[in-house]
Amino acid sequence: MTNAGRFGAVITIDALAAQRGVRMLFEGLSFRVEPGEVAELRGPNGSGKTTLLRIMAGLTRPYAGSVSIEMDDQDAPRHYLGHADGVKPNETALEQVCFWARFFGQPEGAAHRALERMGLKSRARVPGRGLSAGQRRRLALTRLLLDDRPVWLLDEPVSALDVEGRVCVEALIAEHASAGGIVVAAMHGPSLAGARIVDLSAIGPGGPVSPSGARTLG
Amino acid sequence: MILSGAGAVFVRELKQAWSGGGGVSLPLGFFAGACSLTPLSLGPEADLLRAAGPGVLWIALALSSLLPMERLFQADLEDGTLDAYAGSGVSLEWIVAAKTAAHWVSTGLPLALIAPVLWIMLQGPVSSMFQVAIVSSIGSAAFFFFGAIGAALTAGVRRGGLLITLVALPLYCPAMIFGSAALYGAASGGDWTSPLMLTSAAALFAIACSPFASASALRAAID
Repeated sequence: MTNAGRFGAVITIDALAAQRGVRMLFEGLSFRVEPGEVAELRGPNGSGKTTLLRIMAGLTRPYAGSVSIEMDDQDAPRHYLGHADGVKPNETALEQVCFWARFFGQPEGAAHRALERMGLKSRARVPGRGLSAGQRRRLALTRLLLDDRPVWLLDEPVSALDVEGRVCVEALIAEHASAGGIVVAAMHGPSLAGARIVDLSAIGPGGPVSPSGARTLG
Repeated sequence: MILSGAGAVFVRELKQAWSGGGGVSLPLGFFAGACSLTPLSLGPEADLLRAAGPGVLWIALALSSLLPMERLFQADLEDGTLDAYAGSGVSLEWIVAAKTAAHWVSTGLPLALIAPVLWIMLQGPVSSMFQVAIVSSIGSAAFFFFGAIGAALTAGVRRGGLLITLVALPLYCPAMIFGSAALYGAASGGDWTSPLMLTSAAALFAIACSPFASASALRAAID
């Protein structure tokens, strides 16, 4: 599922290797993500999904290889959503969304719309410590809506979410992809609709390195 | 985007400092407590207090500025906010500078504002209260920005308070020496402006270096 929308970013991962401590997580990982594509990282715990996302977000340095994101003219192309939600216990949900709206230079109306979209309208005045794990996850996900960026890097975006929350996130991802955006998500459980699978367990340290890189299914 | 990001962080940190309660009151209480206990331990003799007062005030200010450092970056590192900042595209240097500046405004300036009151308690001349406020606000800027480097280096360490002290105290030396010289100058009616200039130089050096040093320490912490 590839289409050209208003975003035109392309991610190229070339012969990437990462290690955690002294352990090699993966080596020789190469793949490309085109505009409008959803890539789903799969693999058992500890296979390097989070590390790969952090490398793509520029937070962790790779052991070898490179990640390049080509795009037209934006200087801040990525949204990174780690598995820590970045929710402050003593600020209300609304205050936190408004903070991120100001941070991205967006009007306050965008914050209200994002809260509503993630189904947190009724919890707007509740401080972070009063939110459940799933509600904190939804609050973190509002950041994606506050600034229009072509590349979304999501670390288990649906963890702790209920069925309704999962449907909501899947709709967000589908909308983003249909607008030509790129989503790279680490997932457990059911797959995202229309996603290309990048299986890290098939790469592994010293694993098979094909010229085309990652084994891609689906 | 960089300016809106840094501005938003600055405002958020100010709100956090005043809404959370403990953040600001602990160093203020420590500062006031240390200075008001001094006459009890040294004795109420005016001459002795006049001789020791400026030095005691300055030591107490330096140590109180270290107290709130431990949580400066640690909370953001633990709850994932730092990841969100670092991945946002706004340079971490600006965010760190905004955080440290907000921290100084919310905690350092109140310390400088109560310093003249404590000065009177230590038998300092009333006529130099204004000088004390000036020297303390500039000196506390040096202490807070140098302290932030220690805070960033130890952000990933549990109970890193002692380490922050070890990292920051050597950096405190210039502001320590010239700041107390300025206070002694103000107390005796002598020259207080030239040591104040050197204190300001230390503060400016701290403000210029600290965001870069702290940001690279934090990048290593989240790597």
